[in-house]
Formats: sequence, C-alpha cells, structure tokens
Amino acid sequence: MDGTGILKGLAVTFKRMLDTYIDDFKRGKKRYYTEEGIRYRQSAEVKGIFTVQYPDEKLPVPEEFRFVPFLVYDEGPNGERKDRCTACGICSKVCPAQCIWIKRATNPKTGRPIPHSEEFYIDIDMCMNCGLCAEYCPFDSIKMDHDYELATYDRHRDNILNKERLLKPASYYAQIRPLNYAREEEAKRQAEEAKRKAAEARAKRMAARKKAAPPKKEDKS
Amino acid sequence: MSTDDLNSPEYKDKIPEELQGTVAITTLDRIYNWGRRNSLWPMMFGLACCAIEMICTAAARFDFARFGMEVMRSSPRQADVMIVAGTVTKKMLPQVVRLYNQMADPKYVVAMGACASGGGPFKEGYNVVSGIDKYLPVDVYIPGCPPTPQALIYGLMKLQQKVDKQSIKEVYSNAGKEIPIPVLGPDIMDPRDYEKIREYTLKKAEAEAQAATAAESAQSA
Amino acid sequence: MSEQVVATEQDLLLSRFPEVVKPDERKGYDGYIVDAKALLDFAKTLRDDLGYDYLSSVTGVDYLPEGKMEVVYHAYKTTGGAPLVFKVQVPRENPVVPSLVSIYPGADFQEREAWDLLGIKFEGHPNLKRILMWEGFHGHPLRKDWHEPYYEEEHKPYKSRWPEGKAFRAEDRNPFGKNVDYPAGFDPAKWTPDISDALIYEGLGRIDKPRDDLPTEQIIVNLGPQHPSTHGVFRMVVTLDGETIVDLEPVMGYLHRNHEKIGERNTWLMNMPFTDRLDYLSPMSNNFGYALAVEKLLGVKPPERAEYIRVIMAELTRIQNHIFAIGMFLNDMGAFFTPSLYAIEERELILDVFEAVAGSRMMVNYFRFGGVARDIPEDVMKKIHDLAFERLPRRIDELDRYLTNSEIVRARGEGVGVLPAEKAIAFSAAGPVLRASGVPYDVRRAEPYGIYDRFDFDVAVRYHGDVYDRYLIRMDEVRQSIRIIQQALKQIPEGPIMTGKPQYQHRVPPGESYGRVEGPKGELGFYVVSNGKGNPWRYHVRAPSFINLTALAEMTRGHKVADIVVILGSIDIVLGEVDR
Repeated sequence: MDGTGILKGLAVTFKRMLDTYIDDFKRGKKRYYTEEGIRYRQSAEVKGIFTVQYPDEKLPVPEEFRFVPFLVYDEGPNGERKDRCTACGICSKVCPAQCIWIKRATNPKTGRPIPHSEEFYIDIDMCMNCGLCAEYCPFDSIKMDHDYELATYDRHRDNILNKERLLKPASYYAQIRPLNYAREEEAKRQAEEAKRKAAEARAKRMAARKKAAPPKKEDKS
Repeated sequence: MSTDDLNSPEYKDKIPEELQGTVAITTLDRIYNWGRRNSLWPMMFGLACCAIEMICTAAARFDFARFGMEVMRSSPRQADVMIVAGTVTKKMLPQVVRLYNQMADPKYVVAMGACASGGGPFKEGYNVVSGIDKYLPVDVYIPGCPPTPQALIYGLMKLQQKVDKQSIKEVYSNAGKEIPIPVLGPDIMDPRDYEKIREYTLKKAEAEAQAATAAESAQSA
Repeated sequence: MSEQVVATEQDLLLSRFPEVVKPDERKGYDGYIVDAKALLDFAKTLRDDLGYDYLSSVTGVDYLPEGKMEVVYHAYKTTGGAPLVFKVQVPRENPVVPSLVSIYPGADFQEREAWDLLGIKFEGHPNLKRILMWEGFHGHPLRKDWHEPYYEEEHKPYKSRWPEGKAFRAEDRNPFGKNVDYPAGFDPAKWTPDISDALIYEGLGRIDKPRDDLPTEQIIVNLGPQHPSTHGVFRMVVTLDGETIVDLEPVMGYLHRNHEKIGERNTWLMNMPFTDRLDYLSPMSNNFGYALAVEKLLGVKPPERAEYIRVIMAELTRIQNHIFAIGMFLNDMGAFFTPSLYAIEERELILDVFEAVAGSRMMVNYFRFGGVARDIPEDVMKKIHDLAFERLPRRIDELDRYLTNSEIVRARGEGVGVLPAEKAIAFSAAGPVLRASGVPYDVRRAEPYGIYDRFDFDVAVRYHGDVYDRYLIRMDEVRQSIRIIQQALKQIPEGPIMTGKPQYQHRVPPGESYGRVEGPKGELGFYVVSNGKGNPWRYHVRAPSFINLTALAEMTRGHKVADIVVILGSIDIVLGEVDR
C-alpha cells in the first residue's frame, strides 16, 4: 500500500524510456530508417523502442508470407506472355472459400477443351489467404502475393480480380520468393533432365533392338 | 477552386512582400480537413479476428498514434471512425447500425478485412452479413484475412486522403441522417424492405400451395 | 491391465442396464448406445460408481438417411485416461432426450446449443432457449435438410467454379441482394419483435430481502455486446442489488459464424484454415486438434520431425496466447494498456516466427493430415532458439516482477470469483480455470497425444480457485511451455515432415473420431463423423471458452459489478471460439 505500487509502475515505464535513449546512443543513426535498424528491431535482443514507422520504413515480410493469390506468367524472348495456368481446376477445387472461378478454353475448331484458362477470377472479398491454391498447384502457376497495400474505395469495382489483374511475371515471383523460385526451377530442370535422359535411353534401346532384330521382320510387318 | 491552386504565384504574389515570410494562405476546407485528418478517433469496437490485428496496430510495434488515432474511444459519441474489424453477424447487426447512428458527424466507416467487406470465407453462413456496405456507407475497404497491421495503416491513410479531398459542405450534407435499425425476425429484416418481403413470402406461399396441390392430384391420379 | 479395466467396466454397465444399454457396433464407432429412458440412471452410475466425473462434450448428429437424431456424450475421469462415449438415439421427427444438467451441470450450454442448432429437445433442462441464434429464427440450421439463403450445393467444391466458371456474387442471385430468406407466408407487419431479451430478463434470479433491510431497487444492467472489456462481442445481463451482483446470464451468438455448417459443406482439408479462425489467438492448437481427429480416422502418423515441429508450434502458441491474456487481463483490472503493450511486444516476436514458417501472423493453416505444411527454415530455427533460451525466460521474469506482487493485481484478484474444485469439475471447466481450482488435469498428461509423453514438464496447479490464481497459472504455464520448447529444440531430428504425398482430396474411412488437445484455453476437442465421402458428415468443436462460461454466473454471484470484467478476463475467452 501507501502508493509504492504506483511509484514502482512509473519506474518500470521510465526504465523502458531510458532503454530507448541508451540504445539510440549506442547505435547512432543506424537505428532508424535503415534495413539494419529494422532487422535489429525484429530480433530477439531488441530493447527500448520497438516501433516500425510505416510507411516511412516497412517491416519486411518473410518469404513465406501470403496475402492474396496471383498468377505467374513466363516471359518469352520477345516479351510475349505465356501464362503457366493450364485450367486444371485444382486451385478452384481446393479453395475453402470457393473464391476462384476458372473458365477453361476450348479449341474453336473441335470444341474440345485445351489446357489454357480463358478467364480466371478471384474474389478477394471472400479469399481467406490460406495459400492452399498455391500449395497444391502442380504447375507453379498460382502463388501468394506479398503486396498487402490493396485498400480501395469501391469494392464492387475493384475486388473481383480478373486475369488481367492477376497476371504477374515470373521475374516478380523470383524477386519476392527467391528460395522457392530457385527450388522450383531446380526441380523443373531435374525433371527435364530426367525426361531427356529417359528419352535418350529409350532411343538407345530402340536402336539396339533394331540392330539386334533381323531385318526380315520389318518386311513382314 | 482546387486547393492546389493556392500555391500558384498568382495568389502567393498577392501577399505583401514584407509579410511573405510570416503569412501563409489556405482555404477553409484545407485547414479544416488538416485538423480532421490528423485527429481521426476510431471507436474501440472489435468484432472478430481482425480486431486482434487492430489491437496490434494500436500497440507498440505499429503504433497508429503516429497518425493521431491513438485515442480509441469506447463510446460511439466520441468517435468518428468505425473500423468494422471482423465478421458482422445478423445477430450483431442491429447493434452495429445503432452504434453508427450514435456516432458524431462527420463519420467514416472502414471495412477491415474480407468479412466486413464482403462476407469473407464465412459468406455462405446463415448468420453472416455479406458485407457491411449493405447497411452502412463504407468509405474504405481493406482486403485480407486478416489484413496485417501495415495493411490496416495503409487503409487508414487512404481514409485520410479521402478526408483531405472533401469540402465542408459535402461533409455536412449528410449529417444527422439515421439509418433504420434492422429487426431480428425469422431472418434479419431491413425496415425499408418490408413491402418486398411481404411480396416475396406471399409468392413463396402460393408456389408451395400450388406444388402441394399438384402433388396431391398426382397422387390421387 | 487397462483392457481388463475396460472389460469389467463394460460388464458392469451391460449387466446393470440389460436391454437398454448396448455397445455401439457400427463400423468405426465406439462406446455405448443408451436408451433415452435409462440415460439419467446410466449417467449417474458413470459419475458415482465409475468415476467419470467430467462430462466434456455434448453434441448432436443428424443422421438424415436413417431418420434419426443422435446425441453424443464424451465423459472422462479427472484422474486421466480415455473417454467413455455414450449415445442416445431418438427419432428425427420428435427428438426428445432427458437433460443431464442435474447430473453434469456442464451440459447446460451444450444442450442449449444442440437445441438451437439441431432442434433436439432436452426434457428437464432448466433454461432451454436458443443460445447462438435469436428466439424466433426460422428452423434449426444444422439439420441436414435446412438450407441457408446462399445455398448452392450440398458439398464443396461447387460445380459453378470450374470448368465453366464465371465470377458472380452470391448476393446478386438473391431476390433481396442480401444474405436473407424468409419462410412462406410470413408477414413482417405482424411480427412481434425479438422476444429473446424479455425471456432473459424474466429468467434472471432475484432475491427477496427482509422488510427491515435497507430498501434497494434491483436493476437489470446489460454489459455488451459493445463493451471494451468483454473481449469481443459478448453480452452479460446482470441483476444488481446496489452494486452487488444477484444473478448473471451470459448472452452469446454475436459472432456465430456458422463454423459447423460451413465445415460440413467443406472437404476435410478445407476445414484446416477455418479452424484458425476459431480461437484466433491460438491457431496452431486448433490445427493440432483437428489434425489429430482426422488422423485417427485416416490412420496416418506424422514423421518424427513433424511431431517435434508440432509441439514447438503448439507451445509457442500457448505462450503468445497466455501473455496476451495476461496483458488484456491487466487491462480489465484497470492498468490500461501499458502491461498489454509489453505483452504484445513479446507476442509480436512470436508472430514473426509464425509468419516466417507458416506464412501468416494469425491464420497459420500450418498442419496437414500426416505432417506439417513446411519445414522450419534455418534462420527461423535460430530465432526460436534465441526466444526460447534467452528472451522469453527473461521477459517472463520481468513481467512476473512487475505484476505478480502489484497492489492492484493482488487487491482485485485475491478471493474474487472463487470456483471450488468440485464445482469446476461439475461445470466442465477446462484448462487454466480448472487447474487454478486445484484439479491437476491437463490433456497433455491425462491422455498424451503427439509426443508429449517424452517431455519433462509439470502440470501447473493452484488451489484457491480465484482470479489471482488463474493469473498465476498462466504465468506458470508459460514457463512450462518454454521448458518443453527447450527440450524439443534439443531433441528435434532431421528428416521428412510429411507422411506420404501431399494430397488435397482425402477418402476418410467411415466412422467417428474425437481428437482433443490441451489448448491454451482448455480442452479443445473436435468430434468428426465420416460417412466415407470427401466431406465430414458431422463436424463439431468442443470449444473450451464456450463451456468455461457455464461457470461464469456461479463465479460472479455476490461480487461487486466492477468484478465482472475481471472475472471474465480471468477466464480468457475468445469470441471466435465461444460462438463459432
């Protein structure tokens, strides 16, 4: 009683305030508005002030961070866009909020479906940013974006994203998720390598069989 | 006249030379908005998950006191921004509308997160209001589930920009208008919709009666 | 030995209740089917003779094809061990079951919920009203033949999404442009407005005072649903005599987002991110419980490394939940925001870990059936190390120094909101609320799941059962969690993090399963029923925050009105879980 509690409490906050100044003094100008400073404020040894002054400095998001999804397209040598989506529909089937709509393209001549999406919509007013679509996409075509600055004045106009707004280049993807990108590219390269090797082996086998088989057989068939 | 015109030499030069260092000119709108923009007081009003992110935005790391918003008021009478942070349910809706009505003019509504904007992942639920904008005029929509604190601050900055562009006349043109409070019936009922509801239920009853007689006659036949 | 015990138990039950109790012999099911007439006697035998003193979960299942309603009960012994499951089957047209409130008061809210959502009548229930929806709502929404206004199809994925998908908003297809539907022939002009409030006010207790006492008026006060100290949209209706609380009734449902109805439309995997949004302060625990329930049905087991990662994540969740709870609890006590600020600072650092590992600060969606979604990267592992071995122990000590002996905390906490042990058990209180009352019951010990049997930790227990002890329990538990994390970090092996190939469509064998974990709020259980298809037939959450509230009225009676928020804060509820 007799008010020592209040004094104690004030001492605690005062110490916190002092911590800030001591730290400022120790680290100098590097403490604010620098990458190093922000990293320090994210680390386990941070003391004193903790605030990240958005928008002047932004808390970096980790690689796995997910906000709304986007579609990846590869850039051709002449700048043409080749989107990776094959309209297989797995993302729309796995989406818990059912906020993905895909229209599969058809071949105008035969009417048969072709592996390409004609239209692709995501309603970000329903999206729960769970990342299941990106996790189960077998073509690395849909990924979760890092851009969280999406506030708008009119959701009816802005918040159903169509293909135009969803498509982003693979280089952007590589930039926001470098490790994932490298891993996927490596896996792709290996798959291709294996394919090539398998094809080579098959060709070799065929050649060997041809050699071994008597030429008469060919005449028969 | 737009406020930016004031910076043009045409107006600046009209200030007597000896006063140019000490006098600044502005419009009433501009100085009024400057004051309002920097003292937006949000209501302490959390509905669901997003409310936790809102608390984190108010806490040390993101600290929206830097925008003059630190005074979160528990009473709607003292607040001018309602951050609808989370899923609005039908059971809660009458209270939300009442709180809005009680806020002092000029008032703003920020729909934080997918649920408040458009129902979010819970949209299909029987007790969920799919978008608070069906009942209240929303100024800024922030997508995300939940939006990170930085996304929320971005949205609030968008709101500040909006406040900046308003004129006093515009601000008070809607003052004092109350929104009729929805009633909990067999489902939530907007008093403005009563006529429509009656028509709809009558039609439904007729259709059901017809179906019943059709089934009866089919049975007897 | 345990088999023997089960055998004798079964013999006893079957011999004492011939004809009316039968073992449940459906494939994949377990427990007993009890005739409705014998239910009360059966429950009494369980509680008094067999030691099943803790009724954990009560829920209903609508077996539409068989035309039956089933009420499922899970009972435990507070000394530990596996559950005893018993069921009552009643016809769907007129489902009437005797209420167990007289034997297990903890069944109170859960029976009301089953009435509200499934329309099962509990005969003899003292207060059978709707609990999550309002009085007058049309129909009982969890029945399988009840359709919501935005009904599209029985199960997800919806056919309108692919391959001929064209984006639309569900409201555009509704005649009102809103999520509403009205029964045929309904006339709004003739509608008498909501009677829920009147019912609540009527039901509240009053006291009769002797004539010569000071004449005071007893008034009814509403706290909430918009109130800064109700931790969300929660409402309490209180009768006050002066400043003293005479009676209190919690009113909930203001955040009822139809978790279970949506969960039954979803596929098994789709429910995983939804569980994050139950108790949004401890998402990893929710993931854990649901994964356990489904893994039991699937018969898969996660690999070693994944088990360790699960434990680390679940304990980090507990820490961040508890320090947040302590911060908010101090808020309620009147130390506005400064302790919260300090607590949130530590929480932010833990959230950084979640964000880097799982991708989101709060909605982690991290567990998969048979493992976890991603491995922990090297640099994050280092950060967890720093937190667990250095920062968190230091900071917890610091918080302890500031708060535990603070005048405010002691003066407002000691002797307030006392819940004695026997009452805590009777009301099915769980987690810190139960343990602060002197019952050392922790699912991690009582029925270890995952690899919790490998760690050396103490079950925190305190004996006064008051608000102050509930605060202390949380401090103790944070320390124990740090201990577990430290051990896990030392033991964690290298290796895969997933059993089998990741898949998004699961064929779950028919049957029922109850997975439970010790969440930060208490025993979190998931009761799922599969009929062999891609979606759960029944998906029920035994929410600790919800059931802990059953004891709220008991705890508050006789205290001053200012103590309500403190007592509520000490239970630590999250409305996402209370209302689901």
